[in-house]
Amino acid sequence: MDFWSLIGIWVAAFLTLSIYSVLYRDNPFYRFAEHLFVGVSVGYGIVLSVYQGLVPFALKPLWETVTTGAPEGFIKLIPICIGLLFFARLSPRHTWLIRYPIAILIGYGSGIAIPNVLRANIFEQTRGTIAPFAEIAAGTLSGWGVVEAILMVAGVICTLTYFFFSVEHRGPVKWLSKVGIAFLMIGFGSAFGNTVMGRVALLIQRVDFLLGDWLRIIS
Amino acid sequence: MLKTIQWMAVCLVLCLSVGTAFSQGLSPPSNVTAVDTPNDDGSSITITWDAAAEESGISGYQILRRIAGGELETIGDLLPVGTTAYVDSSIEQGTSYAYIVRAVSETEATVDSEQTAPVEGNDEWFHTGKIPLFITMLLFSAAIVWNIYDARSGKELFVRRIPGLEAVDEAIGRATEMGRSILYSTGLGGVSGVATIASMTILGQVARRTADYETSLRVPCRDPIVLNVVREMVKTAYLEEGRPDAYNEDDIFFLTESQFAYAAGVEGMMLREKPAAIFLQGTFYAESLILAETGNSVGAIQIAGTDSEHQLPFFIAACDYTLIGEELYAASAYLSREPMLLGSLRGQDWGKLLIFAAIVLGVVLELSGISWITTLLQRVR
Repeated sequence: MDFWSLIGIWVAAFLTLSIYSVLYRDNPFYRFAEHLFVGVSVGYGIVLSVYQGLVPFALKPLWETVTTGAPEGFIKLIPICIGLLFFARLSPRHTWLIRYPIAILIGYGSGIAIPNVLRANIFEQTRGTIAPFAEIAAGTLSGWGVVEAILMVAGVICTLTYFFFSVEHRGPVKWLSKVGIAFLMIGFGSAFGNTVMGRVALLIQRVDFLLGDWLRIIS
Repeated sequence: MLKTIQWMAVCLVLCLSVGTAFSQGLSPPSNVTAVDTPNDDGSSITITWDAAAEESGISGYQILRRIAGGELETIGDLLPVGTTAYVDSSIEQGTSYAYIVRAVSETEATVDSEQTAPVEGNDEWFHTGKIPLFITMLLFSAAIVWNIYDARSGKELFVRRIPGLEAVDEAIGRATEMGRSILYSTGLGGVSGVATIASMTILGQVARRTADYETSLRVPCRDPIVLNVVREMVKTAYLEEGRPDAYNEDDIFFLTESQFAYAAGVEGMMLREKPAAIFLQGTFYAESLILAETGNSVGAIQIAGTDSEHQLPFFIAACDYTLIGEELYAASAYLSREPMLLGSLRGQDWGKLLIFAAIVLGVVLELSGISWITTLLQRVR
């Protein structure tokens, strides 16, 4: 192993232990690692923004337009100018101008997001809930498959009832929503266990690094 | 003389290949059509053909194309025998292409289909596959607009109790009494995220109360654009409450865009500033438990809300109150009690009722052997 790799492993081990030290309490080592992490990530983010955003989407097209003289290239000035309005915040007299790019971004974001949410979260989920009943009708699904299909419909209907806000939850609505919240909690419990297993795997990776690459206790 | 020999050689090769093909029982792909791919930007042509019979001896297909007056060229890899369609995405708009589908046997004998008529790729203005989406959006919008007008007419609209939101005042009051700050995180989502938009709306309502109580409101942001929107919303809230002097722009700041650096930074803030109330509202990923656990360890009252279903269990386990998915979207109406937002909330409930009806009707129809609802839902792109 060369000298710089060794230094890298020692630095990584020191920073790993510094971050983990917060499990005891806030301390100077954690503060140092935290500030270093935030600072380095901001610096890295700025470099990425310049090379993956500013240069390819603003400076390069503008430069090409200027050098080739293609008039259609100047259309790119519109989004560039809208983006520049964010800097209006620097001038107290012109701060109000920032509302235009914000309005455009939120409008654009909602316009992009709403159809996708409708398709993925409503259309696809509704189809997925109904589809097994076609198999039941065709006789290709039986036994536990039928039970699962019925449970799924019951779960969806009860959970949906829980999310009715303009109806008072009393009588049948109350019971349906109670069953719905039970379904939700079962789902969350399962997701909790599943994710914790994933996190334990991440911890094992770090411990493996500390004991293997750094201390060389394990091979 | 030379020409005659060449012709004879060509005929011999043709006879041999056709003979080989027939000896293998190889028949050319039938009903080959090439059409401009519908609902695209004109960058592809779709070629379809009939499936080969099981005993056809075909082991795969090769697609060949010809630009008008040009040479035949092979495109793509050898397609498996069950394939009946191929999308050619390597075309240029305004150029006509004709296609041949070549059936290939296991012994590499080949037989070609007839050449299709030339076809061009054209971009469409409307995506017909999105029409059901459009109609649904119109229905939802109509329901919301109707209810907004209903609410504006002075009719009182009922909203069921949401415990997580009733605790907002309690949390802000606690922070005020203790003289400590409130920490509000809008999560990791961008400005176009539905949860982030909902979170910023809740923040506006929280800011109104902190302006009233003169409580410090600290908002570390991960996205520079979200930062600007948040500053604008909080500033507006303070202005509307008549407390522009209490607004401190430095309390709403950019931390970093990196996920875990953001988590480390917010965690450090929690440990050092020990806020009395923590709001974690928006889109969260793997850092959710780190933030919620740290907030819990400093003794803050925590109100979380997200539509990230994988993070909800962690918030439920570590926070005092959790807004589950849709409750996050309902929060702004619940907190402000503005007729427009309440009407919108009831309109959304009508939308849910529509989904409810579609599921029940769909199940009944599917059990009766009628599958038009699932077919319709499947066609939506």
